[in-house]
Amino acid sequence: MRWLSRLFEFTGKVGLFSLQVLVDSLRPPFEFAQLSRQLAEVGNRSLALIIVSGFALGAVMTLHTRSTLVMFGATAMIPAVQSVAFFVEIGPLVAGLLLAGRVGSGIGAVLANMRASEQIDAIESLSIDSFKFLVVPRVLACVIALPFLTLAMDFAGLLGGFLSEGLSSHIALTLYLNRAFDYLQWSNFIAPTLKTAVFGFIIGSVSSYFGYTTDKGAQGVGEAATNSVVISSLLIILADVILIKCIFFLFPDTAI
Amino acid sequence: MIANHSIAVEFKQVMKSFGAKRVLSDVSFQVGQGQALCLLGRSGTGKSVTLKLIMALMRPDSGEVWVDQDNVVSMREHRLSLVRRKLGYLFQDAALFDSLTLYENLALPLSRLTKKSKDEIDDAIRRVLTDVGLATDGAKYPSALSGGMRKRAGLARALVLEPKILLADEPSSGLDRITAAEIDELLMRCKTERGTALIIVTHDVHGARRIADRVAVLDKGNLVAFGSVEEVSQSESDVARRLITE
Repeated sequence: MRWLSRLFEFTGKVGLFSLQVLVDSLRPPFEFAQLSRQLAEVGNRSLALIIVSGFALGAVMTLHTRSTLVMFGATAMIPAVQSVAFFVEIGPLVAGLLLAGRVGSGIGAVLANMRASEQIDAIESLSIDSFKFLVVPRVLACVIALPFLTLAMDFAGLLGGFLSEGLSSHIALTLYLNRAFDYLQWSNFIAPTLKTAVFGFIIGSVSSYFGYTTDKGAQGVGEAATNSVVISSLLIILADVILIKCIFFLFPDTAI
Repeated sequence: MIANHSIAVEFKQVMKSFGAKRVLSDVSFQVGQGQALCLLGRSGTGKSVTLKLIMALMRPDSGEVWVDQDNVVSMREHRLSLVRRKLGYLFQDAALFDSLTLYENLALPLSRLTKKSKDEIDDAIRRVLTDVGLATDGAKYPSALSGGMRKRAGLARALVLEPKILLADEPSSGLDRITAAEIDELLMRCKTERGTALIIVTHDVHGARRIADRVAVLDKGNLVAFGSVEEVSQSESDVARRLITE
């Protein structure tokens, strides 16, 4: 039962940490310069990874889908399958998991290194609130950037799918796009994209928690990076299940 | 007791433990404004912890820590940040911010805590970098500085706000003797010209003899000697005598 009490302890600590992020993000002074710096770090520097991954995933998915739909004579459905799959689930989830790997590990390692090398103490000694200065901008940057990165992944996936399908059936881009968006409603697109803001909050909060609270010196840097990725990814997948149920409840017509 | 100086820092029966290990045990001392106290002792005897308690980066288990007439032990973060503005802290490994250049490291507290213009900030940074011998290194990142240069850069950041009280954790470690003497000279100037109170953790007895008005010797968490260099060298504590004379 020891592991259960540790699980509750960990959940409580991460919960309180996340609550403090929420409270401090609404309390002035606001760290706009830090937020802008972190948006560049989280958003710009992840964009290439997201686009390339989305493109490749889109191409591969079309290849697999085509071989199945050919059997039913339904190849015209390929663009619609592709767009629904990407906009509703694959784009948000894969973008979240990729960001957990790239950004989550970075946040965990950087903050843990700052803790180990007394940089966080140095910030406090300069009368600067280290939590607001270091943690809040990182979490907000993840919350803001992830929906946009998800859109980039969605469209990159669609483009990858078009190129793959175009090589097989020589379909025109306009026809592909028309078919792709035929079955997609705004509610299919907006709610799943916005749910990635929750994924962003999970990545930012969990990674910051592991980095900011470490007390194991240099060894803590590696542990913080690993734990950030593993726990963020796990929580994203769990949160996805809950959020999908919430979306279906709030927008019943999205349950295609 | 402090005679002609107002009290800058005072410890009253301070205790601090980490788990079962007691690091400070019933420690009491005073440092007056414009005075220099050197904390000596073997490694792991609570010297750096003493500095962190003054900066309220840690809280004691019991006792009082007074900084310029404020007890920081039970102080809330908002008021604490006001007290910390009176303090400068040179960390043992400098603790410079990796992602900022040396100039930006120094500009950060100036731009956030003062109403200085850009030109005034530039002047202040240029002056303090010149004082520590890094006038031409402002554009460098901490990773491009040697250990000694990082230490001097950390001192520059601690001094840039012209604090009333300067806490320095081994300011001369890792420096050659000439540079160490220059740093000691700079600390002396802070004390005599600006009336800054200095609390310095050091293993450098020569430096301590040059700078200190008072020397405190910690051993196994206890304050075993406190007084002038001469008084400590005649202390009953064998550890204190050996540290100050050898």
